[in-house]
Amino acid sequence: MAGINGSMAHLSDTLFTTAIATYALAMVGYTAEYSFGKKELRSGAKVATPARELVGAGAPVLEKSPGFGEPPASAPAVRGSFAEKIGRWSVVLMVFGVLVHAGSIAVRGFAVDAVPWSNMYEFASVAGLVGVLAFLIVLWKAPSIRRLGGFILLPVIVLMFLAGTVWYSRAQPLVPALQSYWLAIHVTLAAVSEGAFMTSAVLTFLYLLSARHARRPLKSTRLATLVSRLPSAETLDKAAYRVVAFSFPLYTVAVICGAIWAEAAWGRYWGWDPKETWAFIVWVIYACYLHARATAGWKGRAAAWINLTGFGAITFNFLVVNIVVSGLHSYAGLS
Amino acid sequence: MSWLRLGWRKLTSMRTALVLLFLLALAAVPGSLLPQTPLNPEKVKSYISDHGAWGRFLDKIGMFDVFASAWFTAIYLLLFVSLVGCLIPRIRLHTKALRRAPLAAPRNLSRLPESSSFTTTAAPGEYAAAARTTLGRRWRVERREEPSGAITLSAEKGYSRETGNLLFHVALLSALVLIAIGKLYSYQGSVIIQQGQGFCNTPVLYDSWKPGRFAAEGKVHPAPFCITDLSKFTATYSSSGEPLQFSAKVQYKPSLTSSTRTTTISVNHPLRLEGDRVYLIGHGFAPQVTIRMPDGSVRHDVSSFIPQDPSTLYSEGVFKEQGVDGAKQDIGIQGFFAPTPHDNGGGVFTSSSPKVDNPVLGIFVWFGDLNLNGLPQSVYDLDTSKMTKIGTANLKIGETRTFSNGVSVTFDGWVPWVSMQVSHDPAQGYLLFAAIAMVLGLMGSLGVRRRRVWLRISSAPARGGSDSSHTVVQIGGLARSDSGNFSAEFSALLERLRSGSAPTSELVGAGKE
Repeated sequence: MAGINGSMAHLSDTLFTTAIATYALAMVGYTAEYSFGKKELRSGAKVATPARELVGAGAPVLEKSPGFGEPPASAPAVRGSFAEKIGRWSVVLMVFGVLVHAGSIAVRGFAVDAVPWSNMYEFASVAGLVGVLAFLIVLWKAPSIRRLGGFILLPVIVLMFLAGTVWYSRAQPLVPALQSYWLAIHVTLAAVSEGAFMTSAVLTFLYLLSARHARRPLKSTRLATLVSRLPSAETLDKAAYRVVAFSFPLYTVAVICGAIWAEAAWGRYWGWDPKETWAFIVWVIYACYLHARATAGWKGRAAAWINLTGFGAITFNFLVVNIVVSGLHSYAGLS
Repeated sequence: MSWLRLGWRKLTSMRTALVLLFLLALAAVPGSLLPQTPLNPEKVKSYISDHGAWGRFLDKIGMFDVFASAWFTAIYLLLFVSLVGCLIPRIRLHTKALRRAPLAAPRNLSRLPESSSFTTTAAPGEYAAAARTTLGRRWRVERREEPSGAITLSAEKGYSRETGNLLFHVALLSALVLIAIGKLYSYQGSVIIQQGQGFCNTPVLYDSWKPGRFAAEGKVHPAPFCITDLSKFTATYSSSGEPLQFSAKVQYKPSLTSSTRTTTISVNHPLRLEGDRVYLIGHGFAPQVTIRMPDGSVRHDVSSFIPQDPSTLYSEGVFKEQGVDGAKQDIGIQGFFAPTPHDNGGGVFTSSSPKVDNPVLGIFVWFGDLNLNGLPQSVYDLDTSKMTKIGTANLKIGETRTFSNGVSVTFDGWVPWVSMQVSHDPAQGYLLFAAIAMVLGLMGSLGVRRRRVWLRISSAPARGGSDSSHTVVQIGGLARSDSGNFSAEFSALLERLRSGSAPTSELVGAGKE
């Protein structure tokens, strides 16, 4: 085990800060597109086609916003409108941010000579990257979700800001218990499956919003506009389920790999360490979700709330159990 | 009526299972937030004494050993029963379904979620055969003829979804049973040995011995292996004092008759013997001292000190030297070991790093009666109730301090000690298989798409003046699981059925509910 390469660790930190700044710029761009394009969307919502085909208004700022669902006033179909351009540049910025972000993680990995997700700062950084990457992959397939870029970047930036300030820990070698190839397997599976659960939670939240709007139209025009751009409630619900159908087996494998590793490192495969207990709780809640979707009377909104509860438990496991509760999994690197 | 009853029973059992699952998740929460006796008995004790009646109440209802409490056990046993009750009929149904031909086509195919129809010039029988080929091996197809003369094809696929579902649940039940069996037959012993010492796998030799029920009843015979010698323990640290590697070189005998072998046990790399695993779980320092007793005799002693601070390994321990019986001239020493001493002033040393660099042994020396004839004492505690303190000192290696009554203490050096844990769980290998089966089952249960498609092929009277009769094909489809996009799948299948099998076909109408 060699020591730490200080200059590389420093480079990694610089890249991390650059990535946050780039994301912040991209978020400003997305938000600009959202607000300048708002009128287009309101007027053009009925067209329900990808953003690049939406009609744009010449001077949206000056115009009085028409109400939701009103027919377009006098919108000349300008393909490369101002909002459109900003949106495209935001994607470019986001891609650049991802490259810098990935560079930061890779350089950190070289600096510590191990997989760089062994403490809270590193895990949060990787989770943020997974989130942005997932968005870009979906964007590739469905360009219309570009308008939601700001909504994805906001939690990522908050997460990375907390990681870089509150949870930051300098690059250091792995403690003996973490020196195992299971670190790469167990933690990667946990990060990917939990990232997917997060995606499912976002979809579920949007489903609930959409279902609520269908039952009783939302008062806020802003929210109503957002809902109008979303796929149907049924589609969102199904999509949320499909993501869980993918991540639940993955999470199960993550927990099993954790148990195999615990057997080698701590002498038992399961010991109700707080992190293990919460992994169990999360697993049981998502099992509830899957069962609820197959049970009359629990489908739809009840199941959706169980999904959100599951993500709440994941968040609790990441934040509270890492920071407040002490146990064998105390690798947060905070002191 | 019996269908209704079956449906109702299924509904209730699923609901019950759902509620029980919820309760299970909820019941686990206090187990992570309150201190738990199996993990940290000291913390539990201090929690109870800090919280008075509330603490005693929590203790009474098992909140400090949640996972062994009656209510937690009750929830998972109920869940277990509910699961068995749900699985048995489902396994029966599924084995029947596996043998049974796909259901006959419903009367009105256009009522199904996906449906369409087209015409073809092929004769009905001809087309039915072609469609069968087009569907291929992944669909189970049953050909029927209706009284009207129409041919129907009932096609179904995705049986492995339910197979996977059942496999998962059966594997889960097996896993629970294996965990229980493992617990009954398991044992866990831990022991502290100093460099140069050894131990054998015998319950009485362990400092701590946690047997499962059958091991406690003597039904499990620990394998007779011995770690004969801890040859060398090595701890490496980074320059800033972070641990990099701990490893213990040991000599061992897998059985009484086998020859001695050598191996290295380190974190993440236990020694695996037949049925038993030996782990390196902790380490510390054992200072060596030479004590001149009041009667002039000289004692050499070494005692394992317990680390008080895991990051600096500042450690505490005691030496007990019994004098002549009844003379009340015993010597007791409370010791404080700082591997890298940091002078806090006033004669108090702490440690600034777990690395050993000119260590200091701080001592409080007591003279009198060690009270060893009373209740059994911990080797790490000193009963000073019948003793008087005759002095204190901070010694470097090689230094001697003389006290009253002719007593002197020399700090000779130190040896490392390690704590080793021996674990035995005969079921855990099988448990791994059950876990793998669970994952495979889940993948089938959540990944396989269960679909039903029906075709009704009938000949229609010739149109207009043309005398060539033609065939009408109606198709209806149903997704029996949420996965995938059935609409897209259905259109693709429709396209294949339409184009793949007939020279000319004409889409009559596509309907979607």
